[in-house]
Amino acid sequence: MTTHQGPGTDSAIEETLKSYLVDRLKTEVTFDQDLFESGLVSSMFAMELVVHLEKTFEVSIVGNDLRLANFRSIRSMAALVRGLRDGDGRG
Amino acid sequence: MADQAVPVKCLVWDLDNTLWRGTLLEGDDVRLSDAVREVIVMLDSRGILQSVASKNDHDPAWRKLERLGVAEYFLLPEIGWGPKSESVRRIADELRFAHTAVAFVDDQPAERAEVAFHLPEVRCYSHEQVLGLPGLPEFTPATVTEDSRQRRRMYQANFRRTAEQSAFTGPDEDFLRSLELVMRISGAGADDLARVEELTLRTSQMNATGVHYSDTVLRELCADPAHDVLVISMADRFGPHGAVGVLLLARNAGFWHLKLLATSCRVVSFGAGAVILNWLIDQAFEAGVHLVADFRQTERNRMMEIAYRFAGFATDPCACTSAYGIPPDPDVQRLHLVPDHRNAPSTMRLVSEGLPTSWTPRPRHSRRVSERRDEEDHVVTSTPTDTL
Ligand SMILES: [Zn+2]
Repeated sequence: MTTHQGPGTDSAIEETLKSYLVDRLKTEVTFDQDLFESGLVSSMFAMELVVHLEKTFEVSIVGNDLRLANFRSIRSMAALVRGLRDGDGRG
Repeated sequence: MADQAVPVKCLVWDLDNTLWRGTLLEGDDVRLSDAVREVIVMLDSRGILQSVASKNDHDPAWRKLERLGVAEYFLLPEIGWGPKSESVRRIADELRFAHTAVAFVDDQPAERAEVAFHLPEVRCYSHEQVLGLPGLPEFTPATVTEDSRQRRRMYQANFRRTAEQSAFTGPDEDFLRSLELVMRISGAGADDLARVEELTLRTSQMNATGVHYSDTVLRELCADPAHDVLVISMADRFGPHGAVGVLLLARNAGFWHLKLLATSCRVVSFGAGAVILNWLIDQAFEAGVHLVADFRQTERNRMMEIAYRFAGFATDPCACTSAYGIPPDPDVQRLHLVPDHRNAPSTMRLVSEGLPTSWTPRPRHSRRVSERRDEEDHVVTSTPTDTL
């Protein structure tokens, strides 16, 4: 991440994820929507989602971080990415 | 090794004066002898796929095969006017077979030479050898399982499925529901063990422990009352997928130990791993036991790791795992889960029958559990189905 970030950056990760999911699922989704509960995301999409997060945000998601709760919504995925980036020695 | 022939997985037939007597284009009333018909049926029953590479106009030649009653035996027929080496190459590519697994039979020495020149690994036979083919070691597989017998039909079903999937535009889940998938989980009988062994050999991608269990070891475990070896098969409206998974479970007091779960790559896109895990978790919930699962990361089984983790398995400590000791292999992670109720899958019908009696313990302590069982009974009761 660079140091030049506007006020919108707080939700930059959410926005990136949202546009990916809208494109992939061909339907509108909100930040807080439970993607698994609503049947939009099934277990077979899980692998794709994990790999997409890792590639797009250059993090690696392993061990107990792989729990379903972290992938339930755009909000929870963004929180996971932020946590991993902070843990990667950015702060 | 000289005495161990590399098995032929697909035999490509010439038509004129090889499969049938006569030349179609010259107006002959071509005849298929009973002896050749028997060869076709016999190779098919051994799980050897068959195709056609013929220089003819496609439609009349294919109609003739249909009228002779053998068209259904031939996958991916190449009937046209291109070089036969190209036909054989396309068939091998489409089936994803190495050229060493492909054979070609033709009465014309020039055609055999052309194929042999461009595809030196393809084994070529003359029309005079046709009746002797089933007697050759390369056409005699060591074991013929139920899945080998239906292999050709499984390929045909898969071609239709793939064609339909590429034409389907809705969400993935809707496509899955349109397949009318049925999964069956049952105790492995002696007949299933060869299929299971084959599966553990071929499923490195979806093998949770990366361990290959030999036929002998599986047979011992089957006979061991402390272990359950379960076979998972699937079918859909296009036909059978055959045996697609194996699950090895040791039942201990207070917890069940999932030692192995392997599923075929063919059913990964159906989310089969998650469906099996959720079924097991629900069974453990009813039995009032915890679940312990061994997982060894390999370069190719990340999908399985995600299935385990998303199902709820984690490395959180529990009395049941610590009492169990550490895994013998330091690369093996011991995952743990406290089971809860899991709903039936939304994308397929799950049928579980033929489990050992000790396998379906009735809930003893919880009224809530027994009430729930009644409404969920259709999930676990045996529903006869002839598609599996
Ligand atoms: Zn436990």
